Parts: sequence; structure tokens; C-alpha cells
Amino acid sequence: MTPSRTAFAALLGKDLRTELRTMRSLPAMVLFAVTTFIIFRYSLDRTTLEGSLAGGVLWTTLLFASILGINRIFVSELEEGGFDAIRLAPIDRTVLFTAKASALFIYLAVLQVIVVPVFAIFFLSDFSALIPLVAVLLTVNLGFSVLGTLISSMAVNSRARDLLVPLLLLPLVVPLMIAATGASAGLFDAAGPDYDGFGSWLLVAGLYDGVFLLVGYAVFEFLLED
Amino acid sequence: MDDQPVAATDDAAAAGAEAGPAIRLRCLSREYGERLALNRVDLDLARGETLALLGPNGSGKSTMLRVLATLLRPTSGEVSVLGSELPNSAWKLRGRIGYLGHEPLLYRDLTGRENLELQGRLHGIPKDEAAARIEADLEILEMSRRADDRVGGFSAGMRQRISICRAVLPRPELLLLDEPDSNLDPEGRELARALIGAAPGRTRVLVSHEPDRARAEADRVMVLGRRGEVELNEPTGNPPAGAGPAPGTGPALTNPGAVR
Repeated sequence: MTPSRTAFAALLGKDLRTELRTMRSLPAMVLFAVTTFIIFRYSLDRTTLEGSLAGGVLWTTLLFASILGINRIFVSELEEGGFDAIRLAPIDRTVLFTAKASALFIYLAVLQVIVVPVFAIFFLSDFSALIPLVAVLLTVNLGFSVLGTLISSMAVNSRARDLLVPLLLLPLVVPLMIAATGASAGLFDAAGPDYDGFGSWLLVAGLYDGVFLLVGYAVFEFLLED
Repeated sequence: MDDQPVAATDDAAAAGAEAGPAIRLRCLSREYGERLALNRVDLDLARGETLALLGPNGSGKSTMLRVLATLLRPTSGEVSVLGSELPNSAWKLRGRIGYLGHEPLLYRDLTGRENLELQGRLHGIPKDEAAARIEADLEILEMSRRADDRVGGFSAGMRQRISICRAVLPRPELLLLDEPDSNLDPEGRELARALIGAAPGRTRVLVSHEPDRARAEADRVMVLGRRGEVELNEPTGNPPAGAGPAPGTGPALTNPGAVR
């Protein structure tokens, strides 16, 4: 068997190199998120948002933008039969799961580095919430990445994958979205960041990540079978 | 001390597996829903032999290759490849089989060389050795000049040449070739023979729609009928390609260009 670290680095490097060359996922995700913030800004007719409304706008936008990336995470394997090349290699199949989830995590982090400041400029009067928000973003990203990779691997062989991914993902991601919005709501308080309940919501999101990481490692190999 | 008898038994089992046929099928069947693609196929193929697999479209040739490559599970029957029972021991075979299918199994946004380097890393081939093999194989197929272009810009024939390099890169013990000549011009076909043609110690299953050519290269021929049943399974009577060392045990491993 090829050492997992070598295989992981090879697969992750391939995905990042391909994205850098083609820019198939990230620009679309960024454009979608920024456009949605503009729509919210004018449809709500508000220059500042606070509390759970601010959290809701941020996380709804990030969720739908991430679906664009999740839809495409296995497309390069589907085209030209790349899945088979990986299945023939002497590697642990869960390495592919880890590499794909890591690539998705990196895409989401890059997306957020660009669009969260845009969100802050559009909707926040006080930027002090942004530093603790990083902890929420990282924890929720892990959940999105793990669940997104799992759902995408199930849907990739279907002609209706663009429809299947949101249909399967959205119900499963509800607990994570509740935790994300709950953790963020206090941070966006009008009077400045309020950490009451912050740790509990973060713990809920972390537990969610842990559960789906275990599920992913347990079932991913079977998802790659014919 | 207690481990010794167990180790000896394992060694004996491993030696027995190595000495057995490369492929042994008993009543292999594969269904796609209601449709029977392979119907009770029996086969014994010795190591170093080439099997020509013939038959009309839809007769199950590609399905049989995918079962042997561990990419499809058999519905029923016994399948033993290089001494490992499928599908339970499929993991033992990964890296020992070279598969050239209808799809090139290449990433179109990577260059030809990057695709091969990726395969080298996934197969755990040391970087220097992988680079030497890649260079030698590209040279043989006259693709060195275009190897740093993206595969998406290649013609079908060029993709096939890179795909052949991909299939042989791990120096597999068993080569499964599904119409390897497709998309290749006559010159390309001749060049490809150096990498995927009959050679001492190289076991091959060759799917082809050119019966005369396939028979000329093979030690055994199998013809599948339209319902996936075996219509013919017999030796061709051609002189054997040789009984030399298996790929991976001789100089061909470190000097790929020597395999001709």
C-alpha cells in the first residue's frame, strides 16, 4: 500500500493545482456570495444588521455559495473516468475522502477570506465580531466539507447531481446551520460581541463535525464500489 | 518461536498462489439489473500468457475486464486473479494490474506528465524511478515533446498514448487491455507494442475487434456470445512469447525501454 500521507498530498495537490488553473469553483462561489449580499442589502433596506438576522444572512449566503463548490468537487474524477484510476491504485480509499474534504475546506476558507469582509462592510457597524467569528467559520467549514464530500460522492454518478446535492445536503445541514447562527448571533449583538452561549453552540457544531467525520470514514469506501 | 509455523504456512500459501494460474474463473456471471452481461464463464490463463477476448458489441468483454480489474463485483461465481480471490481480496491486487479501458483515466486539466507523476505517487513509486519510467515510456511512444501540454488539448490518439503510459507505469504483472489500438494511427500501434505487446512473463487479456490480429498475438482465444456466454475457449497454438521472469523481477523494471 502507498503511504497515506503520500497519496493524500498527491490527491490534494492535484485538486488545488486544477482549481488554480481552471478557476471553475471559487470565482463562481465568490460572485454568488457577493451578489447575494447586495440583494440582501437592498431587499432588507438596511445598512446594518444585528443578532440572529446578521447571522442568518451570513450563513444562508455561505451555505448556498458552498453548494456550488460541493457540486463540483468530484467532477474532475467523473470526467474521463478518474475514479477508476484512483480505485486501481494501492491506496486506502478514505485518503480520497480526506483529500476531497480538505480541498473543499480550503475553497471555503478562501471564499470566506474574500466575502466575510464584504459582509462586514455591507452590514456591520462594529468589526470586533470578526475575530471570534473565525472559530465559528473554521468549525462550520469542517462540517460543510465533510458532509459535502460525502453527499457529492453519492450524487456524482447521477445525471441529476446538481439537483441531488442540495436535496440531500440541506436537510442534513440544518443542525449545523442552527449551531452556526446560534454561535454568531451573540457576536453580532448591537452592543458588541456577547459570548453568552457561544461555547455551547460551538460545541454542538464540533460534535456534528465529529459524527459526520466518523460516518464518512465508515461509509466512503462503499460509496466508491460499483 | 510460536510464529514460525504460521509464517511458514503463509509463505507456502503465498508461493502456491504465485505458482498458480494468473486468472482462474469458475461460472463467473455478472448481471446489470435484469440483463445478464456474463453468463457462467470458465477460464484458466497461465502466467505469462495472452488471452484474446473476442465477441460482438454488448457480449460482456469490457464487463469481464472490469471484473478482473476489481472495478466491478461479480454477481456470482469464483474469480481468482494473481492468486487473490475476488471480490474479497481485491485490495491485494491494487497496483499489480494495469488497466486500459475505454476511458483514458486522465485528468484533462493536468499535463500528460503531471497525470503520470500523479499515478506514480499514488502507486508509491519513488520519485526518481517514476521520473525515469515516465521519460522512457514517453520516449517509446514519441510523446516526450507534448508531455507538458494539458491532456484536454490532446487528440484522442495522443490521449490513448498517455493512457498506455499510465497503465504500464507501475510495471503491472497483469495487463488488461480493452481495444488498446483504438484511436491510434498505424505508427502509434507499432510503438505501443513495445509497452503493451506480448513479452516474456507478461500476462495479458486483450479485447479486440480485429480477430486475426488478436489471435496472432495470443496464446488462448475466448469468444463471447451476445448473451455473455462462452462460445469458444481454446489455445491458439501460437508459439509462446516466452517463459522468462515476471515483470517486476527482472531488468525490465529498472530499464523500461528494454521491454520490447
